[in-house]
Amino acid sequence: MKARVHVMLKDGVLDPQGEAVRHALGGLGFGGVEKVRQGKVIELDLADGTTEDNVREMCEKLLANTVVESYSIETF
Amino acid sequence: MRAAVIVFPGSNCDRDLAVAFRAAGCEVEMVWHKDTALPKGIDIVGIPGGFSFGDYLRCGAIAANSPICTEVKAHAERGGFVLGICNGFQILTETGLLPGALLRNAGLKYICRTVPLVVGTTDSVYTAGYAAGQQIAVPIAHHDGNYTASEDVVARLADEDRIAFRYDDTPNGSVADIAGILSENRRVLGMMPHPERAADARHGGTDGAALFASLANALATA
Repeated sequence: MKARVHVMLKDGVLDPQGEAVRHALGGLGFGGVEKVRQGKVIELDLADGTTEDNVREMCEKLLANTVVESYSIETF
Repeated sequence: MRAAVIVFPGSNCDRDLAVAFRAAGCEVEMVWHKDTALPKGIDIVGIPGGFSFGDYLRCGAIAANSPICTEVKAHAERGGFVLGICNGFQILTETGLLPGALLRNAGLKYICRTVPLVVGTTDSVYTAGYAAGQQIAVPIAHHDGNYTASEDVVARLADEDRIAFRYDDTPNGSVADIAGILSENRRVLGMMPHPERAADARHGGTDGAALFASLANALATA
């Protein structure tokens, strides 16, 4: 099984990098971008028997800082 | 007084911190991150600045899960003193010993310059050598020093007089101008500015020296 973890800053936490990307898009002439949020994608190759619950524990312990970040898990 | 300075791959202020501790009269032992025990009889653990593990994943995240950090947490939970500077502050928030988190600077730039700080409380072994409200000049050097925490946490820090240092004019977007905070038992201090870089006349300023002197004085008589 593989898992793909998406880590994003929580809503309400200022994302200066996303804001810089939004400015740059505007500078290139792309109008209509109201907000940009930048996050991380982490892909995990998992051994048989590793469960989505294990991945959730990995997120809580290390992959995300839940003080400021939220995460979601996709398995495939 | 005996101090341990933790060394991670990528730490770069470990020796500066050791020099500042020694100048204040401490015995210092350097401790490698893979060690699984602190030396016996340690009064204070110093977590230095730098770029532990290349800032991979998040600043301080990998270091906070290294073998020695389990021991540092246990030391703090026993009532031991811990001083985390810059990357050390980031590591302390990642371990949960201090609340909140340090995000990318609001202006996105790495900032390296001496800034004015205001002493927020004198009620700690770290800040007892200053006057309340005293303005001091201490260098900062960071890309991720933008302190953030929920409104409740910030209100609690203020109510409990745990804001050790504030920026006179926040350079990095930190909420409530927070530059350094204390734990609930006031024995763990995390701060982004570098007092060890303002501890000798040859540094161009000595406003950080009082922190180490008051710490050494308090722990020598403890």
